Amino acid sequence: MASGKPIITMTGITKIYSVGGEEVRALDGANLMIREGEFVSIIGPSGSGKSTLMNIIGCLDVADSGEYILDGQSIEQYSEEELAKIRNKKIGFIFQNFNLLSRMTALSNVELPLIYQRIHLSERKEKAQRALDRVGLSDRSSHKPSELSGGQQQRVAIARALATDPAILLADEPTGNLDSKTGEDIMALFHELHRAGDTIVLITHNEEIASQAQRRIRIMDGRVTEVGA
Amino acid sequence: MILQSLKMAWEAITSNKMRSFLTMLGIIIGVVALVVLVSLVNGATGAVTSEITALGNDMVTVNIKDDKGSPIRLEDLDEIAALSAIGDAAPSGSMNATAKFGYSDATVSLYGTTPAYYTIQGLTLKYGRFLKSTDIENASYVTVLAYNTAQELFGKADVVGEQLSIDGRNFLIVGVLEEDTSLFASLIGGYSAYAPFTVESRMADEPYVTSLAVSPAGNTGETESQMDNFMLTRFHQDEDAYHLTNMSSISDAMSTVTGTLSLLLGGIAAISLLVGGIGIMNIMLVSVTERTKEIGIRKAIGAGKKSIMMQFLIEALMVSLMGCLLGLALSWLILEVVTLVAKTISFSMSLGVVLLAVGFSSAIGLIFGLYPANKAANKHPIEALRYEG
Repeated sequence: MASGKPIITMTGITKIYSVGGEEVRALDGANLMIREGEFVSIIGPSGSGKSTLMNIIGCLDVADSGEYILDGQSIEQYSEEELAKIRNKKIGFIFQNFNLLSRMTALSNVELPLIYQRIHLSERKEKAQRALDRVGLSDRSSHKPSELSGGQQQRVAIARALATDPAILLADEPTGNLDSKTGEDIMALFHELHRAGDTIVLITHNEEIASQAQRRIRIMDGRVTEVGA
Repeated sequence: MILQSLKMAWEAITSNKMRSFLTMLGIIIGVVALVVLVSLVNGATGAVTSEITALGNDMVTVNIKDDKGSPIRLEDLDEIAALSAIGDAAPSGSMNATAKFGYSDATVSLYGTTPAYYTIQGLTLKYGRFLKSTDIENASYVTVLAYNTAQELFGKADVVGEQLSIDGRNFLIVGVLEEDTSLFASLIGGYSAYAPFTVESRMADEPYVTSLAVSPAGNTGETESQMDNFMLTRFHQDEDAYHLTNMSSISDAMSTVTGTLSLLLGGIAAISLLVGGIGIMNIMLVSVTERTKEIGIRKAIGAGKKSIMMQFLIEALMVSLMGCLLGLALSWLILEVVTLVAKTISFSMSLGVVLLAVGFSSAIGLIFGLYPANKAANKHPIEALRYEG
């Protein structure tokens, strides 16, 4: 497994925020390597730079210094428009609070990233339906988020992330808003996706969830360390 | 992409119908104001212009106030008619008289004239004939009635051959005119009858021609100046002795007035459209703030600035165009009702005013949608995602 080609390579990533005139090093020379097909958890308490790391991995933000190569593409000072394209193609976001659009049906929500890829209607529907099939929600495609349980909503969100066949699935506390039973179901789904060959990066502060991953990475005060494999 | 943006805009608009409708209301009212006002003015202008044309647009009338001791006699009209720029000339003496038939009576305007009057005024007959030159020469007691006069006195129109009395004298009816459905007729109202000038002048005790109408042989302007010259010579260069009226100068003045009027009313309506546009901007700004999270989600999964911009711009455009369409429909309805009520005038939307309304509404949707759309597009994805509204 460890021999897969590298999907994420970070070298000396630094991100500095100034809060009230004071410099805060959210990331301080972070190094990270994630290979294709890995299931990695990034663990750290709040304020550890976890969110910053996630934003940079997810191309929502750009590092101040250091090198970040995502799926063979170096992410530098791109324009917002270009970053949006990269996110669209390579990243599948899964959020703690699902972040589905409440006006749209499950299928439309899953279709959304494909719309921004300008994929044609028939192909789009097919891909979206296939993604819903993978998360086991084929029969809920015309339901709106409000008509679905929390677990089902998170499955729709995962289907949305899967729809574009991204390089990585980036999950931010995916079980944080779910009860433990549903949380376990979602984790089981992640394991299933992992077995199917998807690369998963799971960000959490929950040790128990994190320990389910194949590899654990700890972040503390902006520094990244591998937890004994 | 455009199709998708349209779909998204439609979903956003229909997801909050009441608010969307209220936003549209500004545009609806603006469009209705614009279209209805301009169409009303245009309709009225059209009606009045065609009335004036029907009255004998090219007719020049002269009213003599002071004959300076050389009054115009009936014979003098031949001299006028012989002038190069004048086609025909006819006197139009008038008096009010009481017409009676059996137990019904009516006050009529009795016009004393000659056969030439028929073509100068552009009259049309329904029954019988108009006055003949022999009627004038013999001073025969014959009369031609207007359609409504016949209806009023006899209860029917076909009354040729009947007798009636006007101011105590018996007249033979020789003709009835076509019904006059024009706006002027309905505005002025009243009943009219025509008799030989020789008869009317005797009854009115006014043997001279104090009012006459001439038709041009070519250019109305020339007719007017020639007529003016003739009268000046006749009345010792005293231009206050008579008054010359040219119908085309009236219609010219009329169109200037209505042109200004429609510009003025259209301008006022345009202001209300502008206010509607500000309403759109206001609601779009609220909508952008409310949907910060949505914008964040869309950006996270790959929507670029342009896509977000397009989405909100199309939404604003759609609101204003839907308002415009509803406004046009409502205007059409209003104009139909007004036409029904006004009877004599038909008001309709011209293509020009429809295009103006659509163009103006689109421009307003675009201009007032631009700022909110730009605001939405420039939201930072991380902050937008973090927004809890």
